[in-house]
Amino acid sequence: MEYSYFPGCTLKNKAQELDTCGRISAEALGFHLEEIPEWQCCGGTYPLAEDEIATKLASVRALAAARDAGHDLLTLCSACFNVIKQVNEDMKHDKDICFRANNYLKLDEPYTGTVQVVHFLQVLRDTIGWDTVRQAVKEPLSGLKIGAYYGCLLLRPSKVMQFDDPEDPTIMEDFIKALGAEPIIYSLRNECCGAYLTLENKEIAQRRSGKVLESAQDMGVDFLITACPLCQYNLTQNALSKQTPVYYFTLLLAHALGLKEMKGVSTNG
Amino acid sequence: MDDPKKMKAQIEDISHVDVRKCMRCGKCSATCPNYDDMEYHPHQFVCMVEKGEIRKLMDSNSIYTCLSCFACIERCPRQVEPAKLIEATRLMVERERGANHLKPDMIVQKLDDQLPQQALASAFRKYTK
Ligand code: SF4
Ligand code: SF4
Repeated sequence: MEYSYFPGCTLKNKAQELDTCGRISAEALGFHLEEIPEWQCCGGTYPLAEDEIATKLASVRALAAARDAGHDLLTLCSACFNVIKQVNEDMKHDKDICFRANNYLKLDEPYTGTVQVVHFLQVLRDTIGWDTVRQAVKEPLSGLKIGAYYGCLLLRPSKVMQFDDPEDPTIMEDFIKALGAEPIIYSLRNECCGAYLTLENKEIAQRRSGKVLESAQDMGVDFLITACPLCQYNLTQNALSKQTPVYYFTLLLAHALGLKEMKGVSTNG
Repeated sequence: MDDPKKMKAQIEDISHVDVRKCMRCGKCSATCPNYDDMEYHPHQFVCMVEKGEIRKLMDSNSIYTCLSCFACIERCPRQVEPAKLIEATRLMVERERGANHLKPDMIVQKLDDQLPQQALASAFRKYTK
């Protein structure tokens, strides 16, 4: 099974672990991530203006490349997933955007939103299946209390993202269970960490991530998992009070599959 | 001189938001994680655009504090999508020559070892044109 893979700028730099652990885990579970040639940064946030085309073109190029390869387009980063999936929706349903983007790109064959955009976690849930994941686990994470941090970008807007129930998601909790650990539900798991405001106004970002962490700490998590490098940064670097580790979900997966050692995590399983 | 009617049309053109759909329930503001740090809140963007009070919004810091978290977009019962108005208002400012909020020479002092590229890409997309 093969997917056209869009890694995104951060997974080539500060978040290499999210990328490398995702690739080796995929191979172990029977699917392959084929990196799209010459992909360009998605821009990190979906352009909410209806009259902007240029900021959507990188996503359209990636989508057209996946179409040409005959694959679904897969991402690991929540932000890439959000941007590319929303742009794909525009290409499918907004005639004006589709027309202008194609006019600009002059592809051999116009792109009209035909590719499926999937997140790695959805492949685990919908294609591989939690039972297969469970059976592949070599180092069960029993005894660990793990909080899933969804943030915003995987879930919203749910009408487009179609990832999970936006107010009561279960996919990451099911993932944690499949690896043998105990998922911990806390109230702010789908609220914002402060996002890019960390550059514009650090104090606000600190308040936002502080609230999320407090809510998780109150429920007694050992650590959190995320699919987003910016969430990981905000929750670890901007945390003012008590620290809670935040790991990429692929690191946890690679560890449980016996592919990668995870420092600082000991199970009593 | 500002022409409020023209400015309102421009905002509607950029955002495709129909402010008349709003039923003033306040859910968007109630759910906004940055409520406390905004001078004007999401529901006020909707009312003030409707009234043509766009210059006030353009002059306010609220256009830079929206997190694009999609909470107000998700939870508005009338699909008004207030964050699109905030984006459109900010673009009205940034599309004016020289009005970028984030300039490349401001970046160096903001960098740290851990900062993900994604933060820079996103901030540039939001704060410059
Ligand atoms: S949630 Fe929607 S309908 Fe309610 S005040 Fe906000 S914009 Fe208006
Ligand atoms: S998108 Fe912006 S205005 Fe809407 S809830 Fe999030 S921070 Fe508030």
